[in-house]
Amino acid sequence: MEYVLSLLPLAIKMVIVVGILLLLPLPLTWLERKIAAHIQQRPGPMRVGWHGLLQPLADAIKLLTKEDHIPTEADRMLFAVAPVVALVPPFLVFVAIPFGDPVQLFGTTVTLSLADLNVGLLFILAVSGIGVFGTILAGWASNSKYAVLGSLRSIAQMISYEIPMGFSVIGVVMLANSMQLTQIVAAQQGLWNIVLQPIGFFVFFVAGLAEAQRIPFDLPEAEGDLGAGYHTEYSGIRFSLFMLAEYLVLVALAFLNVLLFFGGWLGGPAFLPPFLWLFFKVGLFIWVFMWLRFTFPRYRYDQLMTIGWKVLLPLSLLNILVSGFLML
Amino acid sequence: MEREFFLLLSGVATISALLVVLARNPVHSALALVVCLVQIAALYVLLGAPFLAVIQIFVYVGAVMVLFLFVIMMLDVRKEAQTRYLRNAVWPGLIVLALLAAELVTLLIQSARLHAVLGPGQPITEQPSVEALSLLLFQDFLLPFEVASVILLVALVGAVVLARPDEAAAAGKVDKPHSGGRR
Repeated sequence: MEYVLSLLPLAIKMVIVVGILLLLPLPLTWLERKIAAHIQQRPGPMRVGWHGLLQPLADAIKLLTKEDHIPTEADRMLFAVAPVVALVPPFLVFVAIPFGDPVQLFGTTVTLSLADLNVGLLFILAVSGIGVFGTILAGWASNSKYAVLGSLRSIAQMISYEIPMGFSVIGVVMLANSMQLTQIVAAQQGLWNIVLQPIGFFVFFVAGLAEAQRIPFDLPEAEGDLGAGYHTEYSGIRFSLFMLAEYLVLVALAFLNVLLFFGGWLGGPAFLPPFLWLFFKVGLFIWVFMWLRFTFPRYRYDQLMTIGWKVLLPLSLLNILVSGFLML
Repeated sequence: MEREFFLLLSGVATISALLVVLARNPVHSALALVVCLVQIAALYVLLGAPFLAVIQIFVYVGAVMVLFLFVIMMLDVRKEAQTRYLRNAVWPGLIVLALLAAELVTLLIQSARLHAVLGPGQPITEQPSVEALSLLLFQDFLLPFEVASVILLVALVGAVVLARPDEAAAAGKVDKPHSGGRR
């Protein structure tokens, strides 16, 4: 009984985090459409609710009630499993993300994270690496040439950009002397890592965009010119699971950018609780990601590979070298 | 609690390992292997080695298995995988299986004596830190580490050499895709 009781805070935290993450894509789709609209000088969704605020709900109902179509020649089991597999890694990432220093609540100390692993950063990189399995399964199980081609394309992209992404954070780890995310944030007391690691940040940001498959690297869903990607055959609720996963990756990425390079919850104004300050910075990053989407054109596939292997990878290696020399 | 978790994890690992061999479809085999590797990573966590667990997921699940699946998809080996690699391999297979089983059973029976010989393991008093591990790797065992990396490099170069199209054959064909020119 005592053992079960000791798990209670963890269970509550898990319910809160999962609940927020499941609901978060709703406002994010609205935000994305509004930002798109205002950048393109049009009002965007206006009909459902005040300034279209209820539009995501309408969209969700539409997606849920749509016909769930499975191609005849598809591998039915894997076709059904793939969207769920795609959804697992982004949730796993949030296991290791801390939202602030421990706080006092009802007389007990509560850590604002599900698990503050001492290999936290490595864990996050590892589980975001498994994100590619959803793509693989979806493309292969659909048994359609567009889906397979699209999935091969995105697998190659994700594998290529995982490497510079992993290398770019080594500088941060060197500065903090730890892979624990709370320690990395604590090491930025006074001076944020963006000042000390501008190259690392640049590489991480760009590689992150590619990992999240956002413009300018959104070849997986180039619906106009490449017949969409691995989710060509998906419809209804299964498709919306992929979309959910995509938005969660975006949010996770914003969190990582803030925690690794922008001081996490440090340095906020005194009247704001640290975790709200963290959320504010994360929101800023999400906004930048959306802003970029409607500013940049999409890269060609060969340009994508060139940027990954010939620009970002050497840059990240150079960053490690320079940080090493400067630290010695 | 730990025991139940161990049974659960090792049970799933065994079943998925069986599926790797029994599945008819290569993609299903590869996925079963992914499940198996994840279970093993979870076992590492249970043993108090989170670093090893994360590396297991990073390298085996995230890199090796993705490349496996990538190749399976590229080559579309559905038909190929149905044919046997070795004919009449049943008897050698059974013999090896029997040997392995005998080894396992002997170890199980002798485990008390082994325990006496090896002595009790040192219980982990604190979370093993990444720093301690890197000190071990880069100071105490630097030479084996370097040798291992050189061997990996040689394997890499060897794979590139093997994968290169034959120079002489390539010279005959004028219009070979991807053989040159600006990309």
